[in-house]
Amino acid sequence: MSLEKCKKQLETILAGCEGKRESLLPCLHAACEQCGHVSEEVISYLAEKLDLPRVEVYSAASFYSMFSLEEMGKNVIRVCVSLSCYLKGSNKVIKALENELSITAGQTTPDKKFTIEPVSCLGLCDKAPAMMVNEEVYGDLTAAKIKDIINQYRQKEAK
Amino acid sequence: MKVILKNIEKEGYDGSIASYISEGGYEALKIALKKTPEDILSELKKSKLVGRGGAAFPTGMKWEFARNSKETPKYVVCNADEGEPGTFKDRLILENDPHMLIEAMAIAGFTVGASQGFIYIRGEYFKAYDVLTAAIEDAVKNNCLGNNILGSDFSFNISLYRGAGAYVCGEETALLDSLEGKKGQSRVKPPFPTFVGYQNKPTVLNNVETLSNVPQIILNGGDWYSKIGSADCPGTKLYCLSGDVKKPGVYELPTGITLKELIDTYGGGVDGKLKAVLPGGVSSSFLAADQLDVKMDYPSLQKAGSMLGSAAVMVVNDTHCMVDLAKRCTEFFDYESCGKCTPCREGTKRAREIFINMSQAAGEATDIALLKELQDVMYDTSRCGLGQAAMNAAGSAMDKFPSEFEKHITKKNCELGICPMEKV
Amino acid sequence: MASKMINLTIDNNKVQVPEGTTVLKAAKSIGVNVPNLCFHEDLSIYGACRLCVVEIEKHPRLEPSCATLAEEGMVVKTNSTRVRKARRMIVELLLANHPEDCLTCDRNQICELRKIAHDLGIRKLRFEKGRKYDYALDESSPSIVRDPNKCIQCGRCIRVCSEVQAVGAIDFVDRGGRTQVLTFLNKGLDNVECTNCGQCILVCPTGALREKTAVDDVWAAIDDPKKFVVVQTAPAVRAAIGEDFGMPAGSLVTGKMTSSLRRLGFDKIFDTQFAADLTIMEEGHELIGRVTNKGVLPMITSCSPGWIKYVEHFFPECLAHISSCKSPQQMFGAVAKTYYADKIGIKPEDMYVVSIMPCTAKKFEAERPEMNDSGVIDVDAVLTTREAARMIQEAGIDFTNMPDEDFDKPLGISTGAATIFGASGGVMEAALRTAYEVITSKTLEKVEFEQVRGMDGLKTATVDVDGLELKVAVANGLANAKVLLEQIAKGESPYHFIEIMACPGGCLGGGGQPIPTNLEIRKKRAAALYREDEGMPIRKSHENPAITAIYEEFLEKPLGEKSHHLLHTSYTKRERY
Repeated sequence: MSLEKCKKQLETILAGCEGKRESLLPCLHAACEQCGHVSEEVISYLAEKLDLPRVEVYSAASFYSMFSLEEMGKNVIRVCVSLSCYLKGSNKVIKALENELSITAGQTTPDKKFTIEPVSCLGLCDKAPAMMVNEEVYGDLTAAKIKDIINQYRQKEAK
Repeated sequence: MKVILKNIEKEGYDGSIASYISEGGYEALKIALKKTPEDILSELKKSKLVGRGGAAFPTGMKWEFARNSKETPKYVVCNADEGEPGTFKDRLILENDPHMLIEAMAIAGFTVGASQGFIYIRGEYFKAYDVLTAAIEDAVKNNCLGNNILGSDFSFNISLYRGAGAYVCGEETALLDSLEGKKGQSRVKPPFPTFVGYQNKPTVLNNVETLSNVPQIILNGGDWYSKIGSADCPGTKLYCLSGDVKKPGVYELPTGITLKELIDTYGGGVDGKLKAVLPGGVSSSFLAADQLDVKMDYPSLQKAGSMLGSAAVMVVNDTHCMVDLAKRCTEFFDYESCGKCTPCREGTKRAREIFINMSQAAGEATDIALLKELQDVMYDTSRCGLGQAAMNAAGSAMDKFPSEFEKHITKKNCELGICPMEKV
Repeated sequence: MASKMINLTIDNNKVQVPEGTTVLKAAKSIGVNVPNLCFHEDLSIYGACRLCVVEIEKHPRLEPSCATLAEEGMVVKTNSTRVRKARRMIVELLLANHPEDCLTCDRNQICELRKIAHDLGIRKLRFEKGRKYDYALDESSPSIVRDPNKCIQCGRCIRVCSEVQAVGAIDFVDRGGRTQVLTFLNKGLDNVECTNCGQCILVCPTGALREKTAVDDVWAAIDDPKKFVVVQTAPAVRAAIGEDFGMPAGSLVTGKMTSSLRRLGFDKIFDTQFAADLTIMEEGHELIGRVTNKGVLPMITSCSPGWIKYVEHFFPECLAHISSCKSPQQMFGAVAKTYYADKIGIKPEDMYVVSIMPCTAKKFEAERPEMNDSGVIDVDAVLTTREAARMIQEAGIDFTNMPDEDFDKPLGISTGAATIFGASGGVMEAALRTAYEVITSKTLEKVEFEQVRGMDGLKTATVDVDGLELKVAVANGLANAKVLLEQIAKGESPYHFIEIMACPGGCLGGGGQPIPTNLEIRKKRAAALYREDEGMPIRKSHENPAITAIYEEFLEKPLGEKSHHLLHTSYTKRERY
């Protein structure tokens, strides 16, 4: 199922590159973007195409924080918890998100709509505290702003 | 004096190839293609440009090693895996002036004899990735990349490669492993990448900021560049101001400016009362409030017991507890350690535990000595810069603010009320 | 070509070593053993435990001596305050995770970590408040148990699995202090492409890897008055088990082993070598049949169960090349519970067959569903060489001073050809001794085939069998086997007959052998086996009188109907992806 969703993208990346290990990270990115995680099926498929032991693909996928082996929410909220944002109150950002979504950092909402992912510096330090939702950047966050942002995404989902 | 941000800070500049060319972009490449690689190397060496990623290795020498390396093919790799907390200068360049980087990489390729370049870009930099993708296409369309660049017999291509959330990949050999599709774990050095790099071939690996200096050096000459800023480490530097400062942002200033000038003149002053500064991100050592006269270049900061690193200047005011910050810094390294070598993998874990204990009123009198010893050994034995520097911030916090630690340990008291001081 | 010599100073001693020598090795050459954990001479350099750090003049930091090459004029200190402080800290950090159950640990006495902690004088754990690992054990495999709590992440198991065995069943997962060695998605060794070879156990410096023990099952059988317990011992065991009693590597202890096992209470002490001779009869005739009837060639030996599982996972398209012969262990079990049981009037279900093997994969093999041709399970319990030694120790038997005794008859009668089964190339040599004489009806002048002996991972030879140019190859270590398999898969194999053993050096380097096992020790064990062969009165399998008897009384002829039923088997395609 999860392989079906991303197979086209994987085939495009792998075209002419079978057995070339440097295709692995691009493939794992594609899998995460298309199906929210790197599944067992995807790992087996990539291992075969790249002529690697399955455990090596698993190992690489587990090493990088952007690759999730468990299904992520449709909207991934990456909150910077590194020092610049911490100095400006990233703790409060996390707390506000946890309250708003009724999950703890690192978790995904039961409806699979949101995941809160504490991450290392996002390079948004001049807008601290900052976070990203999917590919969008949000800075100078306050509890009130967070409520608004989440509501925007909820409305988008509802449509 | 602006070398890198000269376009970006111009009103109306949009970073497109048209606006880049209208500002004299790709002229340096044209000039370079008419010179010999040896001429370019000599200009670079004259400029005294050193790597801006933190290691401060002379760029001209690095390129020369790669040029003289017998193995082929050769590669140019740009480290755009900006990950040091507090650093956000590369993002600025990547999103707003991508052609400057592309031009610089083409010049590097021509100089060392490479026809393939890679930009290893942070996975979370989605916008920069899109901007660069378009910019590379435009550069190819305009014959600034691709085959027979600008009518010469030099051909060069650039591929973009996304990182995936691993701070350690900023370390050059870990980056190369990651670029090869492996886990990002540092290699044994020597051999250095200029001899054995990407796919075990000679590879020039430079940071975004370093490369961004190159077109202007070609246009204006190495001598011109060497006269900017401090004499033993010339040029400009992109300083990233963040934390408790009124005007956080990226400031391009000549090297040798003092920390005080940076914070007060450019950053609008401290937000609150100054307590400490990390001048080079969480890998550097804290400077105390009385050390602001230090010059912001590589040798001066080293003398002051810290380092410039990527020039992520984090300002800390007096509302913050140093035990709490030491804990936060070690948490970062514990999370980001690649886990390969014992001192870093186990050391960051244990240091973090001890700081957590301190913050929860479970510190012990022997903790400080143990942590200092741990810091020494991690510095002395870790495989790469991550572990070697992992205890710098925490260790210097203990050195510069001993009474704060003392109070947490013996009096079980966090005067600022930040640490929980009970088991959580 | 003589390599360039490098002059350096180590601990104030002038040292000269060939260019390319590591500082670690250079130090060893002057009698300094720099402590190390992630280094292993059979494996690639890893440079990660940092225990072997030394001080080198003009280097800003300490350097790992395992990963640093000696350079002209280098001045090295292996034993300074700075170095000792670093080493101790590193061991303390490793111990901070480590369970403190040395007294009950499988590696008690032979743990490298324990020895280093002792040698470095670690007397206190300063990170005692730190959290220890709390991982579940992987007990899925019938052969190997993994205890991640004892893992120090040296990566030796991972490297042996991928570099030496070309398997890749395990790898590091996650990062930082959360790193663990795991199988694919933590499915457990039994549910992935692990071949059960046990090389990971041999290279593990701690108790994180061990065999799944059958010692208590065997004690229970011995103590059960209703069971007739027979034991068979593989050839490689007699050349190694003495090491577990402090004897030097290469000690040949066939007689002491036999008497010790008798003291343990086994009813009959038999020899897998009998079944090895039987294997040669069956396999030799199978080869002759394939060559003369244009059957599938090359034919490959099937004695090594790690190898069999490897080919089932990785080259299922080559299964037709594998000899259908069961391994000697399984032939023995099938014959003991039919031919011998009948001879002495015992029902197969009342007989308990124990194997002592240099091998962990044999435990898996004995449990394969095909291995019940006697009507009950053919081999009830498999002990590694190490487990057998432990039982002898538990019983207080003074092994080194035991008298030499003989095996029981008839399943203890064997030839020199069977003895060398324990060394890489031995099955090939034994087969050639018999095949030559069967095909040509002439007496072989010189029984030794030196070309197929030795520790090289890949050996080839062309043997003239009365005009027939028989091309043969021998591989040990699965990475070497892979080379031959790829040739076959491409249809480019020039060979008629191939011997493959999963473990480096053959069974004598098996995953069930005494620890340590390394190249030097493997060579000495091999020498012991060839010495035994040389001293045997009969050195060709087809001349074994007990073999002649079993064909006359029971099996009738090689590849006959009874053989087919009891001594041959089939293979299973297994998944890899």
